[in-house]
Amino acid sequence: MATLDINRVRKAYGNLEVLKEVNISVGDGEFLVLLGPSGCGKSTLLNIIAGLEDITGGEVLIGNRVVNDLPPKDRDIAMVFQSYALYPTMTVRQNIEFGMKIRGIPAEERAKATNAAAEMLQMTGLLDRKPSQLSGGQRQRVAMGRAIVRHPDLFLFDEPLSNLDAKLRVDMRTEIKRLHQRLGTTIVYVTHDQIEAMTLATKVAVMKGGVVQHFGPPQEVYDRPANTYVARFVGSPAMNIIPGRLLASDGVPTVAFDTPQGEAVVRGVPLSAETAHRFAGRDVLVGIRPEHFGLDPCGTVPVGVDVVEPTGPDTLIVFAAGGTEVVARLEPFDAQVGRQERFSVKAEKVVLFDPATETRLD
Amino acid sequence: MATKSLARQQMLGRLFIYSALLLLALYYLMPLWVMVTTSLKPLDEIYSGSFIGLPQAITFEAWSKAWSGACIGTECTGLRPYFVNSIMMVVPAVLLSTGLGALNGYVLTKWRFKGANLVFGMMLFGCFLPYQAVILPMAQVLGRLGLSGSIPGLVLVHTVYGICFTSLFFRNYFITIPDELTKAAQIDGAGFFRIFLSIMLPAALPIIVVSCIWQFTQVWNDFLFGVSFTSGSDTPITVALNNIVNVTTGRKQYNVDMASAMIAAIPTLLVYVVAGRYFVRGLTAGAVKG
Ligand SMILES: Nc1ncnc2c1ncn2[C@@H]1O[C@H](COP(=O)(O)OP(=O)(O)O)[C@@H](O)[C@H]1O
Ligand SMILES: [Mg+2]
Repeated sequence: MATLDINRVRKAYGNLEVLKEVNISVGDGEFLVLLGPSGCGKSTLLNIIAGLEDITGGEVLIGNRVVNDLPPKDRDIAMVFQSYALYPTMTVRQNIEFGMKIRGIPAEERAKATNAAAEMLQMTGLLDRKPSQLSGGQRQRVAMGRAIVRHPDLFLFDEPLSNLDAKLRVDMRTEIKRLHQRLGTTIVYVTHDQIEAMTLATKVAVMKGGVVQHFGPPQEVYDRPANTYVARFVGSPAMNIIPGRLLASDGVPTVAFDTPQGEAVVRGVPLSAETAHRFAGRDVLVGIRPEHFGLDPCGTVPVGVDVVEPTGPDTLIVFAAGGTEVVARLEPFDAQVGRQERFSVKAEKVVLFDPATETRLD
Repeated sequence: MATKSLARQQMLGRLFIYSALLLLALYYLMPLWVMVTTSLKPLDEIYSGSFIGLPQAITFEAWSKAWSGACIGTECTGLRPYFVNSIMMVVPAVLLSTGLGALNGYVLTKWRFKGANLVFGMMLFGCFLPYQAVILPMAQVLGRLGLSGSIPGLVLVHTVYGICFTSLFFRNYFITIPDELTKAAQIDGAGFFRIFLSIMLPAALPIIVVSCIWQFTQVWNDFLFGVSFTSGSDTPITVALNNIVNVTTGRKQYNVDMASAMIAAIPTLLVYVVAGRYFVRGLTAGAVKG
């Protein structure tokens, strides 16, 4: 069990800056997800935490101990890799016991720990097989078993589910969550899948180009994204970012944007009086999640339906607003292409962004 | 109609291919045929009859003479002591060059250092160095080390020369083993040699076979290094064979020559027969996906 602090960590390969001043801090027992597109530096950061890459600047603390100069084996960590990284010539049992063997744990104890882990992960029948005789999901379990028997302070996962098919991915996701609830160990988990991040994390760090864009609890990242990049990356369909304007303040912050059918007005968006005053009459970006639209004959958003996409539980409506395409997720109704409708917007959920910096306005 | 003539065309094509293959096979087998039959004939029959015909009376005399009676220079020991020489040379040379090549391949792929590519490039260059180019400097080195004219000297020469090839084999094999494997082992607490011995080497079995076969053939069949660096009773079998065949006095003993040549070739043949299929498999194999 341990806290993890990443202070002003930088990493460069020659002239290529891969991580720029990363600051992240999580408490004991938290589930931290590093979320970002491929190549943003997630694995590099994880490898730095593990001690597999050396650090260019800053420091990493595990349990309040600076570990910058400790080799991986002395950091009390265990890691699960994307390719599972099982030793191909060893059986499952040998794979799991390899680390314990090196640490000089007696055979009897090793067997006990292995059996316990195998039971926990429901793979008792697999112990004598070679990795090549296992399916992807089973290899995943073995990799997790190998990590569990270490009883680490910190679990590190690098995209552990990305090689599995969709159905298995969901199952294993639940399994990892259960593992975390059962063991209570701090976890750092790398993924490019925002749904994994939302379902697993207690804290999410959204990364882009080696910079943490937003660090916070998943609900906060979803509800109040720090900038338009985070807003678009988290959530599916993505948050609509509609060019609009903040109307002159009359005490209730109000935004407006144009649709081909007329002007849409949303009253009562969350904004401090100070910012409302500063941006009064100026252009802003209006962020509205698809599910925050509602079908409402008295709604303030006039809409011409362009595309209808029923998904079963709800229906997606695509329409034009502010010169972009906007998606609304509504309860199924008799939607017709070309028809005019009126939508309402949950004003308290609207997020505004500064068009110049694309950062959130509070 | 069209399909019928097509089938016929295909059959004609097949026929042509098989005939060509058969002819070529015969062409290549011919020398072997001559060698085997000649080695089983008494000398008189060879001088009176044709080269190609079956022996009238099979005799293994030539074989036994080649093995333990033929004269090389003034010593009439046959090939046996030189066969032993070659074994003493080939076993350590193969093991050393394969082991060092594996270590090189491991370092060049999993413990990359600044200039690793340059080092690898220079090793590749070594593969293209002709034997002749290293003979003189090698002779000087052997002299300084006090290994001139000895079997251990030859072991050193073949190990050094073979490392280029074995390193190339192992580097190209280990590069297909995911780096995550070494990372996982590091987290498990394994060090440099532990990872090499417990994880990399066991996974490299196919390429170990390739390297051993390759090196065995190269070292066993080598003539130039043997003749340049050893003499007298210290030569490997290839040099001794040459000395047997090149006796200038008396009637040429073709049957003994042929038997000697085959004795010298048998170990490499054996290696191919026993391990040949692993050779092809190993050359085409990537690492086991774990
Ligand atoms: N050994 C290396 N040398 C040079 N560049 C590297 C090296 N490893 C990673 N990079 C670069 O660092 C960036 C981040 O890589 P990585 O952390 O693997 O991204 P992610 O895991 O988010 O996909 C990438 O642009 C990658 O090309
Ligand atoms: Mg990665």
